[in-house]
Amino acid sequence: MLRQPVLEVHGIRKEFPGVLALDGVDFRLFPGEVHALMGENGAGKSTLIKVLTGVHESDGGRVLLAGRPATITGPLQAQQAGISTVYQEVNLCPNLSVAENILIGREPRRLGLVHWAEVRRRAAGAVAALDLDLDVSMPLADCSIAVQQLVAIARAVDIDAKVLILDEPTSSLDRDEVAQLFAVMRRLRERGVAILFVSHFLDQIYEICDRMTILRGGRLEGEYLTSELSQRQLVARMIGAELQGLEGLSDSARQQPAAPGGAGAFLRATGLGRRGAVEPYDLSIRPGEVVGLAGLLGSGRTEAARLLFGADQADAGTVRVDGEETVLRNPRTAIGHGIAFCSENRKTEGLVGELTVRENIVLALQAARGWTRPLGRSVQDELAIRWIRALDIRPNNPEALVRNLSGGNQQKVLLARWLITDPRLLILDEPTRGIDIGAKAEIQKLVAKLAGEGMAVLFISAELEEVLRLSHKVGILRDHRMVAQLRNDGGLTSELIMETIASGAQG
Amino acid sequence: MNATLSRRLREHVPLLVTALLLVTMFSVGSVSYQGFFSGQVLLNLLIDNAFLLVVAVGMTFVILSGGIDLSVGAVVALSTMVSAALVEHHHWPILAVVPLVLAIGAGAGWVMGWVIHTFEIQPFIVTLAGMFLARGLCYTISVESISITDSGYTSMAQARIPLPGGMFVSPSAVIALLVVVAAFVLLHHTRWGRNVYALGGSEQSALLMGLPVARTKIGVYAVSGFCSALGGVLLTFYMLSGYGLHAVGLELDAIAAVVIGGTLLTGGTGYVLGTVLGVLVLGLIQTVISFQGTLSSWWTRIVIGALLFVFIVLQRLTALRRRA
Repeated sequence: MLRQPVLEVHGIRKEFPGVLALDGVDFRLFPGEVHALMGENGAGKSTLIKVLTGVHESDGGRVLLAGRPATITGPLQAQQAGISTVYQEVNLCPNLSVAENILIGREPRRLGLVHWAEVRRRAAGAVAALDLDLDVSMPLADCSIAVQQLVAIARAVDIDAKVLILDEPTSSLDRDEVAQLFAVMRRLRERGVAILFVSHFLDQIYEICDRMTILRGGRLEGEYLTSELSQRQLVARMIGAELQGLEGLSDSARQQPAAPGGAGAFLRATGLGRRGAVEPYDLSIRPGEVVGLAGLLGSGRTEAARLLFGADQADAGTVRVDGEETVLRNPRTAIGHGIAFCSENRKTEGLVGELTVRENIVLALQAARGWTRPLGRSVQDELAIRWIRALDIRPNNPEALVRNLSGGNQQKVLLARWLITDPRLLILDEPTRGIDIGAKAEIQKLVAKLAGEGMAVLFISAELEEVLRLSHKVGILRDHRMVAQLRNDGGLTSELIMETIASGAQG
Repeated sequence: MNATLSRRLREHVPLLVTALLLVTMFSVGSVSYQGFFSGQVLLNLLIDNAFLLVVAVGMTFVILSGGIDLSVGAVVALSTMVSAALVEHHHWPILAVVPLVLAIGAGAGWVMGWVIHTFEIQPFIVTLAGMFLARGLCYTISVESISITDSGYTSMAQARIPLPGGMFVSPSAVIALLVVVAAFVLLHHTRWGRNVYALGGSEQSALLMGLPVARTKIGVYAVSGFCSALGGVLLTFYMLSGYGLHAVGLELDAIAAVVIGGTLLTGGTGYVLGTVLGVLVLGLIQTVISFQGTLSSWWTRIVIGALLFVFIVLQRLTALRRRA
């Protein structure tokens, strides 16, 4: 079955200022296989993919395509060589139609002009091949993220790729859409396409992948058949140590004295709502309490949290902070009350990629002090080093540019920025999305620890296990409405939460 | 089907608003002023604004790609200056002057595009530099205005193409319309034109989709430079002179016309036909004010300013609606 690899990589090196992202990595990909690229955040997965697709140039090593040496100089050339990529963040043009997004750059032409009827016909064919029911003349901006992802795959497939790289394609898809994607992947595998699949969902890896390559800290850890490596062994190899974190945590979170019964709520929202975003809801959070928000993507979790941070204006209801009625007019007011918000889109709403880790960390603190009282450089350095150590941010170089860090480490920088301001309520919107299991465990532990020290936490996550593990109380949203608030006192299970989400019944 | 229809409609809201504005202004003018309601008034709009139309079409390419070109007015002035100097001082024939001027304009645009792309500099600042350079170069040729007496130019300036009903157009107006048609075909029916839209939608995505971003981006500025030079040639026919103070502030008129024509300043959305409507709206404001007779010409600026405000707010609102 194993013939000549369609793609082979020997001793690839890639260095960014302050970061050695890839250190002599070998990698093989055979036709007709689905191959998982595994590793923690910062292990070098994204960098390897970007080298393979020509976005980054490697600093050393060899690439062989079908046995012949090749240099990949750019995305166009990679596509022509038969390597197509679908990225985690959809990289299409929202202003163009679905049909154009599938075919742009390769539009069929007649007499030198774009043959539009043929464009639509071919795009419709490509979409139909994925069992998608879609009007291809629709602007891409009007499609859901999931559909956009599938359009990106349709584009990649239409290029007639020999190698298809799927970088976290499932992180914004629901269960049915994932099944649809897997069906497409299986069909392509039968056609002899080599698929490189990156995902943080281990179950998905085991469902679809034949083999896997594991990276750790920019080095090759090993190459395995999926059938010969248990999930536990896989995780151990990814983080390079036995995993004790997650099992232990479940108890430690619950052992925290469930928020002191007598203390008043730090924040109490009554009938708080905003038309079109979230219907009026009540919520109270006490110091030391972790309140989870669960619900499907788009159910209004983020919208509910944004009202508590003043990022959006509520048009109904009141908020009391420490028992006093307050209008959270904007984030600045909220920050003044000791409320911090770690946004879901760490790239667009949180971090400044062009600044260093140090500068990103001190940003919020500096903003809180005002520009008349600048933080001295030595104070900045001290703070940065302390938080880099406390959160184990890698690389531990305060002067590394944030955009060169992996997703999990960027998340930690964002956390550090808010923790430095010593907030009383920390709102975390999907803090563990798209980061690997080791970093996830660390962030969960950190949340439990902060709550133990008396901080109130609002924790939003799509992963029910995570919400259950950490929260004292879980608010459940469905269709922009808070349908239930359940105490997590031992009897609550993810099945019960799912049932509540599904039925919308008051628990 | 219904959803498709309303979506199509919503996409074209800015364009429809501009068309409606044009019709309203023309109707109000016709009712208020004697002799306003005639085909020739409309054709005069085209004749008097041919050079602006050509420049604005070039600007449309740049803005669609997500950039901006501030150098167009200066390149127009430089083109009139180079034309006049070659024709009057060196007695070059018109058929040699025009191609050279067009090549200079396209070349200047190409260089600015190359600098923008290669050094990843804001188009705003690069074309600002280009604007100073071109404007300054005018005065190295002459600080005075150079009048043109060459027979080739004067006959182009006076030529009228008769139309049925006693109406007429100038060759410049015809050239401008041909430019519009060429731009339409280029933008909507060639791969390069679609790449311009993709670039304006998301440069990052265009790059990752393997589109020739460098070629597209540099090309857009070359097209704008070419259109500016052609606009300069048409202005030379119109003014029969070359002068370093010709077309001062023209870049702002061109940008205003493009925006009023419904092209988003952020790039990726818009139509060259919208730009035609935008230019006609600007021209019509001037016509109405000249028919009115007592208002100073500064009112043109005031009305354009007010219109721009309305249109950028309208753009913002439709963009917000879309996101919701």
